[in-house]
Amino acid sequence: MTNILARFRLDYGDFKLDVDLQLPATGITVLFGHSGSGKTTLLRCIAGLQHAPQGFLEINGKVWQDSDRGVFLPTHKRPLGYVFQEANLFPHLTVSENLQYGLKRIKSNSGTVKLDQTLELLGIANLLDRRPENLSGGERQRVAIARALALNPEILLMDEPLASLDFKRKQEILPFLSRLHEQLAIPVLYVTHSQQEVAQLADFLVIMEEGQALATGSLSETLSRIDLPLAQDKQAATVWQVTIAEQETDYQLTRVAFAGYPLSLPMVDAAIGTPLRLQIYARDVSIVLEAPTATSILNALPATISGIADDHSGQCVVSVLVGKQPLLAHITRKSVLLLGLQVGMAVYVQIKGTSILN
Amino acid sequence: MLTTADLDTLLLTFQVASIATVLMLLFGTPLAWWLARTRSGWKGIINAVVALPLVLPPTVLGFYLLVLMGPAGVVGQFTQWLGIGTLPFTFAGLIVASVLYSLPFVVQPLQTAFAAIGERPLEAAATLRASPLDTFFSVVVPLAKPGFMTATILGFAHTVGEFGVVLLVGGNIPDKTRVVSVQIYNHVEALEYNEAHWLAGGLLVFSFSVLLVLYTALKSQPAAHPLK
Repeated sequence: MTNILARFRLDYGDFKLDVDLQLPATGITVLFGHSGSGKTTLLRCIAGLQHAPQGFLEINGKVWQDSDRGVFLPTHKRPLGYVFQEANLFPHLTVSENLQYGLKRIKSNSGTVKLDQTLELLGIANLLDRRPENLSGGERQRVAIARALALNPEILLMDEPLASLDFKRKQEILPFLSRLHEQLAIPVLYVTHSQQEVAQLADFLVIMEEGQALATGSLSETLSRIDLPLAQDKQAATVWQVTIAEQETDYQLTRVAFAGYPLSLPMVDAAIGTPLRLQIYARDVSIVLEAPTATSILNALPATISGIADDHSGQCVVSVLVGKQPLLAHITRKSVLLLGLQVGMAVYVQIKGTSILN
Repeated sequence: MLTTADLDTLLLTFQVASIATVLMLLFGTPLAWWLARTRSGWKGIINAVVALPLVLPPTVLGFYLLVLMGPAGVVGQFTQWLGIGTLPFTFAGLIVASVLYSLPFVVQPLQTAFAAIGERPLEAAATLRASPLDTFFSVVVPLAKPGFMTATILGFAHTVGEFGVVLLVGGNIPDKTRVVSVQIYNHVEALEYNEAHWLAGGLLVFSFSVLLVLYTALKSQPAAHPLK
């Protein structure tokens, strides 16, 4: 489902933005890139905080900007929510007044999100009478998210909402964002330079580089593209959506179903049927030619090699398909040559470790 | 003791300073907002013009205002064409001169306060559906409150304390343009030191109290720090 059309071109001399994107208007779309890649500028153009001289923006059938026809909706007339890198709470207002600020200015609160629900979701119901200066960084950011959500926006824009927080505060907020994702139907555009946040939150991924979109696609599809620098990274990983199929209490293991194959994980304390987001690092995946029989590694799945990237550094990135799901493996160039790996070959992948993201 | 004439000058001074302060806030606020935010090449020139009274001897400003607003001056001919006569030696002329003379004391604190707010609260307000004007009153004014307090008090106090401009533009006309500072001068000229003491001492106490109240209030204000 493509409901967001965003085309922007601007030129600041040393920085150029030139994108033409079609994005889904559901779930979380992450704009990922290094600083200076243009991801924040793109988000600001979508919000109307920055006016790209050449631009076209359509969200759910409504045109917010069309420079050819001279259409440019100012930010305050766009039905969006925006969360800044710094919480940007108004220091002269209490938490409650901050939350009411936007709420008072929308015509009617007819949407699906109720303020109470948001307060509970973000765990800030007990902070309402405080002033921003008396909140921790993590609390401030949660209030900022609630303030944006309270408007019932048609789209939520988040500009590195966790970047200014330390590791502990990040861990405090990430679960809220995941819950947000599960419970609210609002599409989110989320800017980050953190691969961890990509793995944890993204459904759809846009990789930005030097003002251009290097790649766009679903998370698993984009993460496993061996032509992108992300796949070469030491932290390269793929993310799978799986569901709990069985609890092997004797072994403290949980068995999940994935692409028709069983996969064993360290015990996850949740009901059968619970969806899990599984991250598999490319360095934890090895390739064997025949079904392994005598091995301590429990998870071996049949797969087909779909791509091999060899940058002659001694390491190769191999992409395989398990069923239809892509997976990356980092193996040595020597192994590729010794095993005679080629695209299209049927092999087995052994997965040494996984991490659960939710 | 204060004579009736002295009380009249006090009342007149209060009127001039109040009206001038209101006018300065009305004109000075948009001017300071523009100066704090513009990237226009005119910014430097306008800034310099507004700040001129800070460095010019008041008599210089008074002299040129007298010439400009006089019967042969550009402003004078305009006001005559409007049918309201010329402004020198009138209450209105005194107000105009006071506004121009004290304007930097209003504009500069406001400009500093506006600049300190920065872009971020304004952007936050825009994403929360507030129009620019709405944002100004709901975010900028509360955040710039210490700036407005300083501007109001300094503008008022400085108008009360002016002398050179008043004498040149307003003259020394009882109940019309004779303000406290001029009356003190009259007393001293007439060697009425006792009367001069009452007014001068009163002005001293007034000015000190005003500044004391201002700085105490500003100290207890939460600093106009950027957004949390």
